[in-house]
Amino acid sequence: MAEETVADIKKKSLSIIVTKGSLDWAYPPFILATTAAALDYDVTLFFTFYGLALLKKDLNPKFTVLGNAAMEMPMFGTHIAMPNFMAMIPGVDAIAGAMMKKMIKDKGVASLSDLREAAVLSDVRMIACQMTLDLFEYKKEDLIDEIELGGAATYFDIAANSNINLFI
Amino acid sequence: MAEQMLDAKGLNCPLPILKAKKMLSGMQPGDVLVIEATDPGSVADFAAFCSQTGNELLESGQDGDVFKFKIKKV
Repeated sequence: MAEETVADIKKKSLSIIVTKGSLDWAYPPFILATTAAALDYDVTLFFTFYGLALLKKDLNPKFTVLGNAAMEMPMFGTHIAMPNFMAMIPGVDAIAGAMMKKMIKDKGVASLSDLREAAVLSDVRMIACQMTLDLFEYKKEDLIDEIELGGAATYFDIAANSNINLFI
Repeated sequence: MAEQMLDAKGLNCPLPILKAKKMLSGMQPGDVLVIEATDPGSVADFAAFCSQTGNELLESGQDGDVFKFKIKKV
């Protein structure tokens, strides 16, 4: 198009399919999305399945030590792995989640709600998968106002025009 | 040519970059943003930020535990 400037043509773009909604998995998409926006990329996040929980107005992602073999918490001057059976003990996941949140705060890592707000403020497009909404019986009112609804075809329309497409 | 200061000490990735971007957005071309950070990753990240956005990295140095950057807005 003739009215397109050089800057428009050169503007890079990123799309990420966000499929997971636990505390630890929530970080990579929001860190990458906000950073890419700061680098002047056009950014779109497509939230599907458990990723949809990250769009809830009441953002409170949970954490589990189950099936997380590489997770070692820094404790007592060393690193303590969490065997799977620990997850069966009532309260362990909640305690591990609380420890994770404390570590995040103590180490100057952004909170998830701050990162999500930064994403909204930097015009990151956030698309909620309509099918997942129907499947898990979420209502659009349960989710933050800044989202759009769409499906797989909407995703491809964006991905086909993006420089970088990630699945997390 | 105004100069502004961003104290990003104690902040971890990607907050120093996000805050720098926000401040640069409110500045005029030619203005300089001075950033102080303690995140060792910020050395590579501010170089990458400038390479991606076209802003000019005038200075990247270290004083004790503090990393100091000067970025000129294009």
